[in-house]
Amino acid sequence: MSDSRTTIPIQPAAAGTEAEVGLYEIRKKIYPRAVSGRFATWSWAMVFATQIIFYGLPWLSWNDRQAVLFDIAARKFYIFGIVFWPQDVIYLAFLLIIAALSLFLFTAMAGRLWCGYACPQTVYTQIFLWVERKIEGDRNARIILDRQPLSAAKLGKKTAKHGAWMAISLWTGVTFVGYFTPFRPLLAAIPGGLGGWEIFWILFYGLATYGNAGYMREQVCKYMCPYARFQSVMFDKDTLVITYDAGRGEPRGARSRKSAARTKGLGDCVDCQICVQVCPTGIDIRHGLQYECIGCAACIDGCNQVMDRMGYPQGLIRYTTENALAQGYDNATMWKRVFRARTLVYIGLLATVVVAVGVSLYVRDTLKVDVIRDRGTLVRETAAGKIENVYQLQIMNTDESPRRFTISVEGVSGIEVVGVEQPIAIDGESLRLVPVRLQAPTEAGKPGANRIEFVIETLGGAKRGWREKSTFLFPR
Amino acid sequence: MSDFTSEFWNWWIIVGTVASIGYCAWLLIVSSRIKMKGAPAPGKQADTTGHTWDGDLAEYNNPLPRWWMWLFWITIVYAVVYLVFYPGLGRAPGVLGWTSANAAAKESAAVDAKTKPLYDKYLAMDLKQVAADPQARAMGERLFLNNCAQCHGSDAGGSRGFPSLRDNDWLWGGAPETIRESIANGRIGVMPAMGPTLGEDGTKSVIAYVRSLSGLAHDSLRGQLGKPLFEQNCAACHGVDGKGNQAVGAPNLTDAIWLYGSSEATIAEGINKGRHLGLDENHLPMPSHKASLGDGKVQLLAAYVWGLSNSK
Repeated sequence: MSDSRTTIPIQPAAAGTEAEVGLYEIRKKIYPRAVSGRFATWSWAMVFATQIIFYGLPWLSWNDRQAVLFDIAARKFYIFGIVFWPQDVIYLAFLLIIAALSLFLFTAMAGRLWCGYACPQTVYTQIFLWVERKIEGDRNARIILDRQPLSAAKLGKKTAKHGAWMAISLWTGVTFVGYFTPFRPLLAAIPGGLGGWEIFWILFYGLATYGNAGYMREQVCKYMCPYARFQSVMFDKDTLVITYDAGRGEPRGARSRKSAARTKGLGDCVDCQICVQVCPTGIDIRHGLQYECIGCAACIDGCNQVMDRMGYPQGLIRYTTENALAQGYDNATMWKRVFRARTLVYIGLLATVVVAVGVSLYVRDTLKVDVIRDRGTLVRETAAGKIENVYQLQIMNTDESPRRFTISVEGVSGIEVVGVEQPIAIDGESLRLVPVRLQAPTEAGKPGANRIEFVIETLGGAKRGWREKSTFLFPR
Repeated sequence: MSDFTSEFWNWWIIVGTVASIGYCAWLLIVSSRIKMKGAPAPGKQADTTGHTWDGDLAEYNNPLPRWWMWLFWITIVYAVVYLVFYPGLGRAPGVLGWTSANAAAKESAAVDAKTKPLYDKYLAMDLKQVAADPQARAMGERLFLNNCAQCHGSDAGGSRGFPSLRDNDWLWGGAPETIRESIANGRIGVMPAMGPTLGEDGTKSVIAYVRSLSGLAHDSLRGQLGKPLFEQNCAACHGVDGKGNQAVGAPNLTDAIWLYGSSEATIAEGINKGRHLGLDENHLPMPSHKASLGDGKVQLLAAYVWGLSNSK
């Protein structure tokens, strides 16, 4: 690790107590103090952005149906104008590739941005903390309230808080289920007309929200989420992380606002503990980078307020890189190194995949065809002396409106499609198996397999036809 | 029915399962009672768990959150409840009496109940009416492609040993009800080996006569010799005029439709070895579909197949 960090030994939180502890740790409840500032504003902006999308999407309509609906029973995913079929599962792979590359990129650039600003665990904890603060007061008031014996006032506050939490959780559960079963009919069916599984998932997702955001909070990040544990392999010395500038802050100590701290040999840290009190995971950022840190930047906002009050420059705790701190880079150099080869490669890869998926979705045909040769009869000779092969064409119209198709074939001279009533009408979002006979003159091809291509065209369709390779057999 | 071959394995699993669950519970109780020195005073060495590997590799106490321990207890409770209700402890069936076969039967019964009204509608109709119904025809086509096309071909054109269902030539009869009977109960046609009875010379004569019936090239002298042999040995099934007998599935030999082929060698093969089950992969029975598909699907299939040669 770097020089700057090794100057501050990592101390366990309860250093020196010599207390007896078991193999199972009793959790100490954390009471994060309210904080405001630049990053808190960003964080709230992200709460609103993500939740407007989450709570809002199921309300939208598109072509007389729900705009975003994952119809698992019918195995069709509707996302605005696009209908995904199980055959489109490749796009899920691309989605995961994009998600992974984004994670690499953001983590390499600025650490746990996802955890700090966008992760549902953080977002819902923030919403629940806001409710808690509105009802029970800020950190100190909550600590005092929890120590008090039960009283009517305490009972009232706790009831109000849990009531509000449950309301949010249930609405979250209903909204979640609204992505999988049509939302408006679902709302209309509450409560009597709900199916068993709908009730189960509303309660399950609601309970998960209530438990995770109300009780588990930082425990999820510390013990359940694997990301904290493997983030270290994605960090390097040019990654922006929330860092306490020990060189500037130490030796820490309390002082009066008037005293000239430097003449007393003190650093800028006034040891006010604000950074510890605002931390939602209860750590002391001054111990250096820790796996518990979710990168929410609450300590930066908290410390900056204190620095302002003391008349010191901001940024005793700030986003900086290990190299910048150790080498004393200025801002421009630091940012230049943040956009290093590694992050540029990630950006390039991400841009390539996103563009490729976009193009692929744009040109994607809503017609899918599979040709299956009959295995029972390889080749037949007709009464008219022609050679006949039989196929099944599985034609899927993944479009939402019915279409008509024509089938033709190329590759052998004189080959023709017989026994099919053309054009073939197929309803929207359905598939049809069409038995097809191909006939060709006896001497039109070589004995054995001849390459042919089926051409399936949409009647009146602007898009190019679907071509599917197959073989036509002549007797040996 | 139990999968165990001896009582030993029954008890082996019971003892192993109960002992594992008990051991897990014991481990949780013991480990939750252990206390050790936590964070040390500055300058002092922290306590380790006392486990040592490779001589000097020790382990600090990094306590697990206590709620995690309750998750372990929940799994133990879950295991006990599961073993009470579901099969798992040796051959004990569990109080719910659940089996995978029961569950599958229940699910398929639920689907049958759902589709019954649709099939009932068609079962109540005359087969020719069903054949004229476009929805029934679409369903019949799907059923045919899934259940029949493997042998009869996707276009129902048949192949060697498997009759074409598109032409109006029928081994067992082409009335809609007869077709339904064929699909429901299956058909097995048998032609006995006639080679030993006819002898080599007699076989050649009969072949010439049979080919003459449908106007194929033949030795006319042998054909005349074959006529009495045919009437003596073959007419019982194929009829004196060679037009076959749908009661026993004997094919009409006077049309140009041949199940196995019309060459002299192929006819000779048929006469010498006969045509019956077990000869090769081209000699298979038409299986019964009543049990596997049910009356409703058989009805739709019969109408579809009849419609193939009677649609216009």
